[in-house]
Amino acid sequence: MADAPLLSVEHLDVTMRGIPVLEDVSFQIAPGETLGLVGESGCGKSVTALSIMRLLPNPPGKIAGGRILFDGIDMTALDAAGLRAIRGDRIGMIFQEPMTSLNPVYTIGDQIGESLIVHRGMSGSAAKAETAKLLDLVGIPSARNQLGRYPHEMSGGQRQRVMIAIALACRPKLLIADEPTTALDVTVQAQILDLIGRLRVELGMAVLLITHDLGVVAEFCDRVAVMYAGRIVEEAPAAELFRRPRHRYTEALLHTMPAANPPGRKLPSISGTVPAPLDRGDGCIFAPRCGFAVPRCTAELPPLEGAPHRLRCWNPA
Amino acid sequence: MMARMPWFLRRILGIVPTLFLTWSIVFGVLQLIPGDPVMLALGGTPASDEVLDNERRRLGLDQPVYVQYLTFLKKMAVGDLGNGYSSKQPVSEMIAARVRPSLELALGGLLVGIVLGVVLGIAAGLRPHGWIDTATMSTALVGVSLPSFWIGMLLIYVFGLQLEWVPILGDGIDALILPSITIGLFLAGGLARLIRSALIETMAQDYIRTAHSKGLSIVRVVAKHAMRNAIIPPITLLGLQFAVLIGGAVVTERVFARAGLGSMLIDAVLTKDIPLVQGLVVYTTTAYIVINLLLELLYGIVDPRIRSRRA
Repeated sequence: MADAPLLSVEHLDVTMRGIPVLEDVSFQIAPGETLGLVGESGCGKSVTALSIMRLLPNPPGKIAGGRILFDGIDMTALDAAGLRAIRGDRIGMIFQEPMTSLNPVYTIGDQIGESLIVHRGMSGSAAKAETAKLLDLVGIPSARNQLGRYPHEMSGGQRQRVMIAIALACRPKLLIADEPTTALDVTVQAQILDLIGRLRVELGMAVLLITHDLGVVAEFCDRVAVMYAGRIVEEAPAAELFRRPRHRYTEALLHTMPAANPPGRKLPSISGTVPAPLDRGDGCIFAPRCGFAVPRCTAELPPLEGAPHRLRCWNPA
Repeated sequence: MMARMPWFLRRILGIVPTLFLTWSIVFGVLQLIPGDPVMLALGGTPASDEVLDNERRRLGLDQPVYVQYLTFLKKMAVGDLGNGYSSKQPVSEMIAARVRPSLELALGGLLVGIVLGVVLGIAAGLRPHGWIDTATMSTALVGVSLPSFWIGMLLIYVFGLQLEWVPILGDGIDALILPSITIGLFLAGGLARLIRSALIETMAQDYIRTAHSKGLSIVRVVAKHAMRNAIIPPITLLGLQFAVLIGGAVVTERVFARAGLGSMLIDAVLTKDIPLVQGLVVYTTTAYIVINLLLELLYGIVDPRIRSRRA
């Protein structure tokens, strides 16, 4: 990573009702780079995304420690006005549920143009013209006629395109995409990912892509960070991680991919479940489910070490 | 044919059976009132059988009930509410003369109720279980529970008699203050509770998170993105309360000696002036139906999903 990082999450600890849900999460994203954040449901991916934007409802969520530096600004120290200036302007965000993420009582033109009016001080008509361009950009045809439509008149894929237009309205330097395709049909998923990929290049922005779909990551990301139970366990350039996973969890995760298995055979799964936050011992959280655990694994927490291939494991592959 | 009509025309046509039914109930109930209507019409003046028969014929009471019923419906349809027993004047004119004080009070009460209810409801809903919420909701419960005659008399005693800030009687706008507060306090209690719960639900929606992610101020998030979604239950409550109020706030008008429809209704009942009672009930129910219709129109303006469901 030659450039100074655009986003640097440093030793982030987050608690919900006092229970730790993120522990010592650290990663960086360079300008224009795409980082995939993968892991099972409930491992803390979305909490990480919401924490960066400081959108985690508080209470119950609380940033208990660490820093989030965006372009040198510590997001954890900003007041409401400081956050507003960054949200929607320099960081855009899209969410998992396009069906419920748009306000049902305002037109899509209004909802996209609002960011331009608030952040760019545009007049209503200027915002309208720019909004039509944005709709073109995200691939909604005959954009100008679409400005007066309401979310309920559109399909899930179209709504997610509108969400992308909202997130990109002010040409942010960073796009946080939290499972942007999970709620969509398979055919539409590919279109939306292609769109995000194309716009990333066109607008030269960095992307934090949160997903549980390893196939998406392989295709889309420069680097990948794997999360397990609130911690990052491995992080590496995407090609390297898929070629030579070193953490036993990553390895097991890759074995569950359909592409890694012969057709017609039942897909393997990782036995056991993620331990509850209060049931975690002193060692590696994956140790109870790990087939390669050595005595040290349950006794002592491995540190996240190495560069560019970072790893948190005592007995790696 | 109905299906091809614009939604609103269909709804207007739809109120015809409702009105018909309401008027029929009014007619039916008045048939059940004990006592001879002719005796009531003559106000207890002793009269010969001949006079009674003439009067009976004049009022159409010698006809069979179904003829009376059809005549009644026909008169209602053209707005002829008959003449009052005591004043001998057309009921419609008598009502028209008393609408203004009731309407003023309804609007004044609504204004106080909306301002108080919206402010407190939003303050409570944004921080549920905070101290503002607890204080507001306990006060609201008291406001709804206390009878208006008691609040009214308390206001008269404190602000009218002791402090002498405002007049208690009169037709001026300053005499409207205390009765408006009496009505407004009652309205605000229910309204604040409703806005609070609607706002709590709305603020938890995904689109509110989207609004925050766009960098909007909390004022914009609440006033624009949350309130328009949260406003339909409160609009319904206010609309129906308003409909009741323009029919006259019976108790409050009595307490403040305002010559509105509410006091008129009490007098009409006490003197057994049947055409006047009948006219007031018909007026009130009709106003209720019309306001309901306007409310439905308003829902469509507030929420486009309702609009497209109708299309």
